[in-house]
Amino acid sequence: MRITKALSAALLALGLAAGPAAADSSPSPEPSGGSGAPTEAGTSFRTAAEMEQGRTATASGSTGDYLYWSFPADTGQRPTVTATVKLPPSQSGRQTWQVDVYDGLRRRQACQYGAQTRTAAPGGSTVELSCTLRTVRSWSEPWADDPLPGTYYIRLTVVGLTQDDLGLPVSTEVRVESKDIGGAAAVDGSLAKPLVPGIAVTSADEDSGDGKSAAAVLSAIDPDDGWSSGWWTDRWVWTAIGGMLAALAGIGGYVLTRGPGRPSRVPPAG
Amino acid sequence: MITRQRLAAGLGALLAALAAGLAFPAGAVADETTANAPKVDLVIDVSGSMRAKDIDGQSRMAAAKQAFNEVLDATPEEVRLGIRTLGATYPGDDRKTGCKDTAQLFPVGPLDRTEAKAAVATLTPTGWTPIGPALLKAADDLDGGEGSKRIVLISDGEDTCAPLDPCEVAREIAAKGIGLTIDTLGLVPNTKMRKQLSCIAEATGGTYTSVEHADELSDRVNQLVDRAADPVVTPVATEGAAECAKAPTLKSGLYTDREEFGRERWYRVDVEPGQELRAAVSVAADRAVSPDYGVLLRAVTVHGREIVRGEAAGNGRTDVVSTGLRYPKAESDDEEAPAETVCLQVTHSFAAAAGVKSTPGLPLELTVDVVDGPSPAGDVASFGLGRGWWLLGALVVAGFLGGLVWGWLSRWRVAVWRTN
Repeated sequence: MRITKALSAALLALGLAAGPAAADSSPSPEPSGGSGAPTEAGTSFRTAAEMEQGRTATASGSTGDYLYWSFPADTGQRPTVTATVKLPPSQSGRQTWQVDVYDGLRRRQACQYGAQTRTAAPGGSTVELSCTLRTVRSWSEPWADDPLPGTYYIRLTVVGLTQDDLGLPVSTEVRVESKDIGGAAAVDGSLAKPLVPGIAVTSADEDSGDGKSAAAVLSAIDPDDGWSSGWWTDRWVWTAIGGMLAALAGIGGYVLTRGPGRPSRVPPAG
Repeated sequence: MITRQRLAAGLGALLAALAAGLAFPAGAVADETTANAPKVDLVIDVSGSMRAKDIDGQSRMAAAKQAFNEVLDATPEEVRLGIRTLGATYPGDDRKTGCKDTAQLFPVGPLDRTEAKAAVATLTPTGWTPIGPALLKAADDLDGGEGSKRIVLISDGEDTCAPLDPCEVAREIAAKGIGLTIDTLGLVPNTKMRKQLSCIAEATGGTYTSVEHADELSDRVNQLVDRAADPVVTPVATEGAAECAKAPTLKSGLYTDREEFGRERWYRVDVEPGQELRAAVSVAADRAVSPDYGVLLRAVTVHGREIVRGEAAGNGRTDVVSTGLRYPKAESDDEEAPAETVCLQVTHSFAAAAGVKSTPGLPLELTVDVVDGPSPAGDVASFGLGRGWWLLGALVVAGFLGGLVWGWLSRWRVAVWRTN
């Protein structure tokens, strides 16, 4: 009996500790660092500069350029894109800047929070934009445009300006951070391949092994630790702990019906 | 620093090329690299107005020459660079002659830095500004090969050779489907010239930059030449049909096409059971268009039933409007089940602004990927698992009640057994 008590106490404590810990969402651990981040931006979906999450990509360009970057986002992440534009000192009028995020199928993705479009007053020096996407799911119905694991494109551009400001030099900074939403967003089902454009062509080349690796690809994006397999979620922990607690509660209920008065040595029936 | 990196990259590429040369027949590799080499043609305005001394106190021509020298030094090894002039030779007043005045200063090919620099040094501001004819000739200079092609146009005045609109010339060059981009730089621009140069850039998906200082010029040209050196996938030109029955059948890959205003484009893709079709389309606004626009991509069966669609709409300034769709075809029990032909229909709702030519059509880019199908979700939750304090509470209560019932049952059984 003492063993059972100790065990139940331990399991309860474990359950209380592991439950919230598993549910806790923490920002991605990637430290900030400049190395390996692109210093140029692309000018179309095809030429988008590939960056990683947690790094700050920089690019210089001209007002009116359409600047493109791409980054990988995996299941359970909720990416936030922030962009900073340093405006030229000589700008004469109001400028409206906008950041758009597209998924691997070039579908525009909605922003949950953040100022996606902002107008700088004449003489303003910077514009800060941000866009928080919906949580990336491992699977969705084909008729939905939910975010799926794969490549995401960022497009940063000026959408409103006076003609005189066209072509002036600007410098921009883009950063992507993700919040890990974890099991709350878990769905079973998964894509056979992440939503990376051109992946049918690249994987066919790899399979045939004809050494074409140097050839240009539409999107070479691949997270450092690979794409998640989609079967792990913290729901396993919650459910397992729930099962154990239920078993303990069952034992508790059973013991209650025996009553405290019942002797531990049952006398022979007589 | 950047130069050193580029040098390192160049060395790396050289070593890789050497290694490849050892491993493969040298001829084949050499052919491939020449065919895929990025080509850049620098087109410089040498018209009389380049004499004006308004860039950091020096003349526009001097600033351009200085920038060219820096660019020639920094050009990556693999880039085939050429230089073309406009308005360099004919100082007279005859418009007809002046408007034909464009010459190749240095042919597009392997770069001889000393020779190129010497050629640039000879330039003196002279004649007219025939931008349109120069662009046509520059496009010819770049013809051939599979690599990326880029024209960098540096000018200080708008075209003086109307009625040939350089903006339309640029659009026609782009419509030839040779994958050419024109970037423009305006030296000390005015409103009219800014409009013209940005129109040229827009027509080919290029960029426009205003230049007021000499260092801006060399930085920007360097950046553009480097961009040309970045390897990029060249799309395959295709021509969609007006109806599905006549549409071309596409495999996985990247395609480009032109779509006129108010028309449809149809393509066909074969999808085996258990495979997933992914298609993305973007339509670029390469000219002035009305500020409200959209694009619709539909996957339709051969019998005309819509399977799934992707749609996007927007307003305001934009380069492209794009959308995509996924169609996972269910597994079939029949091993021999034939592939399904899916028709893809692309329509856009761009409208040309007043006074803008509607031909050639807008550039359209289509990505097709046919991959293995997804494993569908059996449950909204992951594998039917639960999560959260409510789940724990419910399980504990259920477990407790189960324990009680079990206990009572066993007591009742003992009691019954005793009485018997």
